[in-house]
Amino acid sequence: MKRVAIALAMLLGMQLAHAEERGGKRIPPDATWEKECSSCHVAYPPNLLTADDWKKVMGSLDKHFGSNAELEAKDRKSIEDYLVRNAGSGTRHSSSTLRITDTSWFKREHRDISPKEWVHPEVKSPSNCNACHKIVTGYPWSEHDIHMPRGIRWEGDGDDD
Amino acid sequence: MKARKLCLTLLLLGAASSALAATPQELVDKYTAEAATSAPGFRPSAERGQALFTKEWGVSAAMPACTACHTKDIRASGKHVKTGKVIEPLSPAVNAERFTSEKNVAKWFKRNCTEVVGRECTAAEKADFIQFVMQGGK
Repeated sequence: MKRVAIALAMLLGMQLAHAEERGGKRIPPDATWEKECSSCHVAYPPNLLTADDWKKVMGSLDKHFGSNAELEAKDRKSIEDYLVRNAGSGTRHSSSTLRITDTSWFKREHRDISPKEWVHPEVKSPSNCNACHKIVTGYPWSEHDIHMPRGIRWEGDGDDD
Repeated sequence: MKARKLCLTLLLLGAASSALAATPQELVDKYTAEAATSAPGFRPSAERGQALFTKEWGVSAAMPACTACHTKDIRASGKHVKTGKVIEPLSPAVNAERFTSEKNVAKWFKRNCTEVVGRECTAAEKADFIQFVMQGGK
């Protein structure tokens, strides 16, 4: 029993170290965030927008990028607090449109993806992370889990930041 | 002693989570009772519920009717027209999770009616709709 526990602890330690190596800070999951934010799209990780941007997003859920995404007051507040607590910082994570896909971080990370690939029927839009990033729980996501839809080629450049 | 504590905790947890849990019929009854306060003798109708579901409201360009995302077949999976995310079937007969949480049902009626119908749905419309998904699509 003790051995199993030690092995598990070691595994966890290795994973943590690996995540940090890749430059990404591990983000604690949150059940309400995960349930609510993933009901229409991938639950976008909190560190991909700044705290100010998240406040604006969470303050306008009745007009959420063209859809109504209103929440009960208690859930809205708890999700906003979680996002703000784990938000990103700096101009590379801020977006005047409040879209993560418009941040300079996103654009740089995806600079090798050509425009026509974004409109592939299985991709539809850059906001559809899950089209290529097959495992989107436990940020940071791994490049090993990227599988481009049929017809799109992707070659990793090893740049994992 | 430990086992007893665990049992008690589980019991309490179960009670807490069932506070908002419901059956589709209980939700029909709840909305029917609410509708009857302003329309005495109100009875839910699956036909009216179906009409609500298929009506082209024309309020939203992307989502003119409920069927834009849910498809006309409540036993089939749908797809969010904007994000492309798969939407599980509405019919409780094929998706046992549907209409079992008062909170979830209230949330989605509010969002989707505002979006597609252009206003919140009335208690009568909600009762009709759940009556339809319980009986329809067979």
